[in-house]
Amino acid sequence: MKPRLRNITLLLTMLLVGALWGGVYAQSEEPRPASNDAQKVQEAEEGFDVVGLIFDHISDAYSWHIATYKGHHIEIPLPCIVRSRTEGWEVFLSSRLAHGHSYKGFSIAPEGAEWEGKIVATGADGEVYRPIDLSITKNAAGVIINSLILLVVILGCARWYKRRDYSIYAVPKGFVGAVEMLIVSLVDDVIRPSVGKDYKRYAPYLLTAFFFIFINNLMGLVPTFPGGANTTGNIAITLILALATMFAVNVFGNKEYWKEILWPDVPIWMKCPIPLMPVIELFGIISKPFALTIRLFANTLAGHMVILALTSLVFVSATMGTTMNIVMTIFSVLLTVFMLVLEILVAYIQAYVFTMLSSVFVGLSRKDHHEARKEKTKQSE
Amino acid sequence: MSLLTPDLGLLFWMLLSFLIVFGALAKFGFPVITGMVEKRRTHIEESLSAADEARQRLEGVEEEAQKMMEDATRRSKEMLSSAVADSQHIVEAARQRAEADVAARMEAARTQIEIEKQKALGELRTTVALLSVDVAEKVLRQRLEEGSASGEYIDRLIEEAEQKGVQHKS
Repeated sequence: MKPRLRNITLLLTMLLVGALWGGVYAQSEEPRPASNDAQKVQEAEEGFDVVGLIFDHISDAYSWHIATYKGHHIEIPLPCIVRSRTEGWEVFLSSRLAHGHSYKGFSIAPEGAEWEGKIVATGADGEVYRPIDLSITKNAAGVIINSLILLVVILGCARWYKRRDYSIYAVPKGFVGAVEMLIVSLVDDVIRPSVGKDYKRYAPYLLTAFFFIFINNLMGLVPTFPGGANTTGNIAITLILALATMFAVNVFGNKEYWKEILWPDVPIWMKCPIPLMPVIELFGIISKPFALTIRLFANTLAGHMVILALTSLVFVSATMGTTMNIVMTIFSVLLTVFMLVLEILVAYIQAYVFTMLSSVFVGLSRKDHHEARKEKTKQSE
Repeated sequence: MSLLTPDLGLLFWMLLSFLIVFGALAKFGFPVITGMVEKRRTHIEESLSAADEARQRLEGVEEEAQKMMEDATRRSKEMLSSAVADSQHIVEAARQRAEADVAARMEAARTQIEIEKQKALGELRTTVALLSVDVAEKVLRQRLEEGSASGEYIDRLIEEAEQKGVQHKS
């Protein structure tokens, strides 16, 4: 224990000294404004564009970029599915559009143009428009891969029981046991207390949402193919998930739920001539899924950004001299490892929070009259 | 691609993937697992309560066995003591009966002996009487033959004989 502690102290001291010295060195050599503007950073770091790298990663793309070796992009081309106004549906690989090429009038809009980075079509009259675009982009492919993994994992666990003829004496160990434990903990600690008596009806949806988010979060932390797609950090993904919850809440909401929205238990002037409370409550229907969307999206996005920024320290410090670079590299690796471990925790927490909030919203929409009454009397007491 | 505007294609593929995943897992995935867990849980609960019941019953059985043992011991003791008493009774009764029997037999024998004695005495007396009569007859005859016998003497003999008879009768 003691030698290890000494090593850590030594390492930290080295890091601190190095960082201080490096800071002095950097200031004396290259005095420059502390602006974080992409252009200036790019100029200063001789072509290394941190912001560009981060945005390349967190935003969607038509191909799955793995690495760049000596200026050559190693990437997996993905199918583009677009519908032009004249030709109808077209399916081709994204490699046809690489390096600004155009194929059958389709091309990727250049930087600065309208619809930057997306497929645009050029009509016969030279008019540039956006076609209906159902391309399997990097994120779409990521979602599909992660969905397959999820199906294999959960159906595999279900098959484990089937192979044992659903015997009660078959108690899973290892991976199946871990999945079962996770499911049981969610059902017992989150879904049952939050949803209430008909939790069994909602449990499959809530569990699917949890595992979907969890798998996508974890796969997003894998640095390269088949992971690395920033799926849960994309607003389209989280929007669908939140809309699914909104659907579950509002479509299966009972009379009591709608009564509390349209005719809540407040003084009459707050709802009669001007429907003040009903408007606020109706706004709540929108704001709940909106909050779910943004929370998951922003958390995942921020995690990815921080990890990438820390990793970029290695390359940013490359021009600051060898010592600085070594120190920053150690620093970067340590912090990135820390952030990745933290993000694994966040992956679970965000999935858990989404499931918990969904359960609570569902529970509120299934409140029975009796229960509502009891709560009211409790409050009035 | 902008961060905050959802992309139509991605929305479409996400919706499709999510619906398929949800459909498959809601039908074949989670209900199986949660159902098995539920089944196992009820089984464990049932087993626990059954074990508890069995334990309680075992305790009852042990108690009952103990009671039965005690009962049996007590009864055997009782039986033993009653048997001893009975045997004493029987022996006593047999002894009494034997005593009574012996006494009765002795009484009968005594009676018989008495009867026999009386009979013998009677016979003896008769014989003696006959003998004495014979003797007297002989003596008388001799006296009469000698001629010296007077009437006086004969009367005296008769008187004596009568006295003797009265004495014997009384």
